[in-house]
Amino acid sequence: MVKLSKPLEEMQYILATDVGSTTTKARFFHKVNGEWRFKVAGEAPTTVEAPYEDVTLGVQNAVREVEELTGHKLLAPEGGLIIPYDGEKGVDLYCTTSSAGGGLQMMVAGLIKSMTAESANRAALGAGAIVMDVIARDDGRPVYKKIQRIRTLRPDMILLAGGTDGGASQHVMEIAEMIKAAEPKPRLGVSYELPIVYAGNKDLRDQIRELLKEGFALEIVDNIRPVLEVENTEPARRAVHELFMEHVMSHAPGYTKLMKWTDVDIMPTPAGEGMAMQLIADTYKMNVLGVGLGGATTNVYSVVDGRFVRSVSANLGMSYSVTNVMKEAGIDNIMRWIPFNLDKEEVASRLMNKMIRPTTIPQTLEDLIVEHSVAREALRLGLKHHRTIATRLKGVQLERTISDMFEQAVEDSYVKMMNIDICAGTGGLLSHAPRRIQSMLILTDAWQTEGITRMMQDSVFMMPHLGVLSTVYRDAAWSIFDKDCLVRLGTCVAASGLTKPGDHVMDLTIEMPNGDKVEKTLNLGDLELVPLAPGKEATVHVSPASHYDVGAGPGKELTATVIGGVAGLLLDARGRPLYLPEEESKRKELLLEWFKAVHLYPEEILEAMV
Amino acid sequence: MAKEEKAVKSETEQAHAYTPGLKVKRATVVRKTRRLPLLGKVFVKEGDTVTHDQVVARTEISGDPEIVKISMILGLEPEDTAAFLTKKVGDKVEEGERIAFYKALFGLIKKEVVSPISGTFESFSEITGQAIIRGAPIPVDVDAYIPGKVVEVLPREGAVIETNAAFIQGIFGIGGETHGEIHVAVESNEDVLDADAITPDHKGKVVIGGSLVTLDALHKAVEVGVSAVVCGGIRHYDLTSFTGEEIGVAITGQEEVGLTLIITEGFGRMNMSARTFNLLKDFEGYLSSVNGATQIRAGVLRPEIIIPHDIPPEDAGEELSQGMVPGTPVRIIRQPYFGAIGKVHSLPVELQQLESESMVRVVNVELDNGEVVTVPRANVEIIEE
Repeated sequence: MVKLSKPLEEMQYILATDVGSTTTKARFFHKVNGEWRFKVAGEAPTTVEAPYEDVTLGVQNAVREVEELTGHKLLAPEGGLIIPYDGEKGVDLYCTTSSAGGGLQMMVAGLIKSMTAESANRAALGAGAIVMDVIARDDGRPVYKKIQRIRTLRPDMILLAGGTDGGASQHVMEIAEMIKAAEPKPRLGVSYELPIVYAGNKDLRDQIRELLKEGFALEIVDNIRPVLEVENTEPARRAVHELFMEHVMSHAPGYTKLMKWTDVDIMPTPAGEGMAMQLIADTYKMNVLGVGLGGATTNVYSVVDGRFVRSVSANLGMSYSVTNVMKEAGIDNIMRWIPFNLDKEEVASRLMNKMIRPTTIPQTLEDLIVEHSVAREALRLGLKHHRTIATRLKGVQLERTISDMFEQAVEDSYVKMMNIDICAGTGGLLSHAPRRIQSMLILTDAWQTEGITRMMQDSVFMMPHLGVLSTVYRDAAWSIFDKDCLVRLGTCVAASGLTKPGDHVMDLTIEMPNGDKVEKTLNLGDLELVPLAPGKEATVHVSPASHYDVGAGPGKELTATVIGGVAGLLLDARGRPLYLPEEESKRKELLLEWFKAVHLYPEEILEAMV
Repeated sequence: MAKEEKAVKSETEQAHAYTPGLKVKRATVVRKTRRLPLLGKVFVKEGDTVTHDQVVARTEISGDPEIVKISMILGLEPEDTAAFLTKKVGDKVEEGERIAFYKALFGLIKKEVVSPISGTFESFSEITGQAIIRGAPIPVDVDAYIPGKVVEVLPREGAVIETNAAFIQGIFGIGGETHGEIHVAVESNEDVLDADAITPDHKGKVVIGGSLVTLDALHKAVEVGVSAVVCGGIRHYDLTSFTGEEIGVAITGQEEVGLTLIITEGFGRMNMSARTFNLLKDFEGYLSSVNGATQIRAGVLRPEIIIPHDIPPEDAGEELSQGMVPGTPVRIIRQPYFGAIGKVHSLPVELQQLESESMVRVVNVELDNGEVVTVPRANVEIIEE
């Protein structure tokens, strides 16, 4: 639903908010000399919980801060916003995203785990949901265990898929009967029916309708896998979004009011963030790997050859979930990024203390480096998880070539770092990093970019805002995105391959914007930063050693235009996979060398700690 | 004038500590809403006096379903099976009772299906050939948790119970609701609670330690049947060993480890705040209601110790913190001064650069030894008086 107060080209002021689980963030945009720009931000605590239980109070407080900072009146005395702008007060468009109260929590079910259930999972994730469980006939659990699980979950919604059109029917009905038998209850109260979207075999629609007519709010959409070769997630995603508005949001405290204020449907925050990532891919016509590294969750987005996939690691984050990163990665994997001596138990206790007091921030450099180490691991695990979601369609007959016969298996995920052209990050830790090179190196280390990769990040958290705005006013959203949101960190040139320490990796000739030529020779373990300002372009000619690849194939030369940024041009010959010595003292020495080479941290304090 | 007001307002807002202080109150009014997970029956009325273990409301959740693949067992097509059912939808069935019977070839072939559980024959599907037998409803009770007076009845949902009590919040806990007399097992808030300090007399009690509880002490406490242990700190490794797994996300309360554990300060060895320790000492021998449930994300839930008594409340109740001003007592909650207690010396308005190079709003804190240190405002919590 979109209701615009005036034609887009006549608009002058836009307000967007994101109702987060702890903070409501307002962003105010203005058209200046025909160009859309970010004007000011206002923030206030979210008021979804008692004693307030009305999100609009937090929204009003955040908007009031915008009013105070600009002197521009926005709030209507009777509640809501003044719409449209009348030459003096008000805005022309208001939109919002929301993740308050835990966002959209879904359970998905399908027939076969790696086929329809996997497609349903991708559709739910793409709609911005946290998927609580994926139920399938072959998920390894006995039926009674699955029933117990469904009974204990209190999802906001269920997505049920299964069977191709005209295909399996009896087994699909068995899954549906199991769901009905379990009598799942919706999370937000017992007074309404649990929404369920059926996106399975179309031949079963009548039976499904009959079976689920009581106790559920059923929505039937086109099959998510009409044939094995096609995945059609869009109708399911749209239905999830509509039911989210109709059933879930309307039962969350204050949302009925907020829904009346907005001109565009409220969107789950990760869906907004995903839109923003798609906007980057669409504008540059490049493959993008993006991340929202939050306090509680890590969302990873990929747009590869036009295919958009989102994954959410609900318990990987930098504050509430920081100890879960430790649990999943293992303390040793966090310790491997720390270049000085620190007791493991001490690091573990610090992380536990961060979890129980999540709003604290690192005061000492030592603490900052510990957090950056955790961030690398959260991002690494986030991408690992993403690759299990961003897979080729299973169940489809693959044409195999002779070379496949020599490989163990055809790789499942198509997200390969050599094919990623842009890495983009958002979230508190990245945007608050005291030096921009810190975000750039954290992303590079965690994801191990290969070839030539542009690196970008959010300036002040507004990707979700611009994502939801882009659904109605793409040009305005991109203008703000380009000029005020996306910080260009720079470009990373990384050679893929691994030989012995000290071996030659690559030679580079860089033609700088002023015509100067910079020559570099890098051996395994080398890392260098060449200053190249934002907006400036340089031509890089790379000649890799025979075992190394920078994008043209092993040992093959490559010439490319690279874009500068606030950090610059990062030349990475540390190997892929990244070479980190097993021996502790050597590893620490090497880490320290890298940190110094790119001026990652204040050197004097760093030296004193080692 | 308007500008001045704005400046004053924003300065006041900035002075809020980001981490709300934990409540440590000698005498306050505690209200607990006791709610059923589904609608049911409420047994109390407004004005009733209840004990902590009195059931105030009850509901029944539907029994567990059991799916029986009748067609498959009988070797029939689903659409042909209905004729062979011996029970109809809605019938009561006993465990082992016949629910379908098939006879062919003049009785030479006989097959039967029996119910795996006692319950109700809920449905049969002619598409899948499956029947659902629903087990008996499962009763769910909600007790009062704290002794006190019913001040509000939530029709079909539960009741609100109120009492005067001492109220102490911890920072982290595991294990759910429990009860017991307060017993202080150490001399001072700096002492370690080790296994030697736990005796069989502590059975059913809420045992108070000082700066640290050891793993051995926790095992001994479980052995003697202690209800709950309250202490300043615990080592991460000990907690992991005790619970059998690393705590990933701070959503706790469901652990079944033999007792409830509440940490008042944090991880590592940390002296319990003197105020908390002395308060618990003053109420030694009193019955307390304790809950380790902790949920830090959205809708913060901290573990609690409620000690009901007859002392009139000292304040109006649960008013929110008024924010920091010079003189406000605070605790520093992050390195390099973690655990230090002092009072606000000043609140500079300008952003300041930390050693980590972050530019943040800071607070100058005068520590108990007179030293004034600068820390980010996000790294202090107000000690609520």
